[in-house]
Amino acid sequence: MRGKRVSGAERNRQGMEDKLLQGRPDVLVEVDRDRAGGGLRTEEMLVNMGPQHPSTHGVLRLMLRIDGELVLECTPHIGYLHRCAEKIGENVTPVQFIPITDRLDYLAAMINNHGYSLAVEKLLGMEVPERGRYIRVIMSELNRIASHLVSFGAYGLDMGAFTPFVYAFREREYILDLFEQVCGARLTYSYLSIGGATQDLPEGFPERLAQFLDYFEPKIAEYNNLLSFNQIFVKRTAGVGVISAADAIAWGLTGPCLRGSGVKWDLRKCVPYDIYDRFEFDIPVGLPGGVGGAPREAVVGDSWNRYYVRILEMQQSVRILRQCLQQLPSGDFRAKVPRVLKLPAKETYLEVEGGRGQVGYLVVGDGKAVPRRVKIRGPSFCNLSIASHVCRNVLIADIAAIIGSIDVVMGEVDR
Amino acid sequence: MTAQEVAELLIARFGTAVEAAPVEIHPGVRVTPEAWPAVARFLREEPRLSFNMLRCISGLDLHPEPQIELVYDLIAMRAPTAADGLWSNGGELAVRIRVARDGGSVPSVWDVWRAAEWHEREAYDLLGVGFDGHPDLRRILCPDDWVGHPLRKDYEFPKEYQGIPSAAAAAEGEGGCGASG
Repeated sequence: MRGKRVSGAERNRQGMEDKLLQGRPDVLVEVDRDRAGGGLRTEEMLVNMGPQHPSTHGVLRLMLRIDGELVLECTPHIGYLHRCAEKIGENVTPVQFIPITDRLDYLAAMINNHGYSLAVEKLLGMEVPERGRYIRVIMSELNRIASHLVSFGAYGLDMGAFTPFVYAFREREYILDLFEQVCGARLTYSYLSIGGATQDLPEGFPERLAQFLDYFEPKIAEYNNLLSFNQIFVKRTAGVGVISAADAIAWGLTGPCLRGSGVKWDLRKCVPYDIYDRFEFDIPVGLPGGVGGAPREAVVGDSWNRYYVRILEMQQSVRILRQCLQQLPSGDFRAKVPRVLKLPAKETYLEVEGGRGQVGYLVVGDGKAVPRRVKIRGPSFCNLSIASHVCRNVLIADIAAIIGSIDVVMGEVDR
Repeated sequence: MTAQEVAELLIARFGTAVEAAPVEIHPGVRVTPEAWPAVARFLREEPRLSFNMLRCISGLDLHPEPQIELVYDLIAMRAPTAADGLWSNGGELAVRIRVARDGGSVPSVWDVWRAAEWHEREAYDLLGVGFDGHPDLRRILCPDDWVGHPLRKDYEFPKEYQGIPSAAAAAEGEGGCGASG
């Protein structure tokens, strides 16, 4: 830090104060005093953050207009991973499209498989056998835990904590092992397909899953001790990037980003699909400071709350998985699916609660084996669209905190 | 409120600009482009409707018909009334608007649902539909110098892009699993 420290009155004369007082006055005044190079005159500058910046979680480019440490404007540029999955969907049959859905949100591929299968089945009016439906919920919830673990670990990395990442990947490895046992793949599963699952659960799977749950559940407290309530982490995330409930709804935010803003809305509960109405579980939402164990600095809708909702959701997924194991019926894992599926001339739109929010599929058939149109709503696409609204008048370091807490997967943003 | 009831409410207020579109398993209403901004605002602000979230905008190319159909999927998220604080589903609706394939445009509704801003850019990019009044209508997924709109039914795949032949790109194929984190 160079230059002589100047009083607030002097800075005011330099016209800096006005610029700094927009947005988050409480934080910015503090920042101005302690970090922003006290009174040093700065010039506006355009900086590209990405597309290969480690804290943008994939190929996302943010164009920042900055003044010293202060971000005046943030414009996301996306499309680096665009493969036009929707066009592929118009050229292949639904069963062939399942592997493409893996590559949308590649951290929660099972849920993508699940959503697309449900949409096509709704179009066909197909009934899935009970065991198949339970297998799907088991896989979706396991994948939700794995996905939230990556989010938790990577967010720690963003905030300068390396250890949580290693812990998260240790537990995720067990889940990937379980997935490998059911379908042979560790990331892009294509396991859930039209009519149910592609094969039955292997021998001893329920026992191994129960073992994993017993092992995993106590780890969540470990994560909280390690990261959630760590003072440095809280200072970096609490009160940063606050999104109000009204804004969250207006920008179409879903999933943990919406719930972090205090909106108790989860498709599994509010618009139940598949068999989610059979399970008991809670929907965690963002907490105000000092309530329910939240740190004093927390504000509903801030980065810390978006992060913490995911930690609490892992706990709820464990609950659902335990109930699944209790209720798991025997029988067929897949409906009788004809070799050639003719899609009727109908249209449907269906959403499921994915790892990052509501994954939607619009499927239009016209009597052929390939759909006329497949439209995919990637939740990260909508969640990211609020970035330019939130990343205004924040510090450069806050950008990593905010984008990390939104938890984008570019595969599903760019499709 | 069912889609049929919403349609009746809208017809009572907007007359012939709105008609019911009872598409099986995806019901909704059909709206003329001219009436769309007023209808959109009404859908969002009328307390009986309060469709506060725009979930998705899908463009359907009706080729060989010279039209593109835009489908706006809305949902009404109702604030909690009970002590458990759980929000509830107040109804879902698909709004359909037809627009000419060549140079057609509809009014933008980005100021009604901010989510529309990116969805409209996507429909513009991939289908070539214009959105009047959009604050920043440019391509979003394809590069700025891309030619054509890939999701049109008569789209021709480019032979090359910036001197790179596309056959080679096709041979390379999908890049695999993609990096995580």
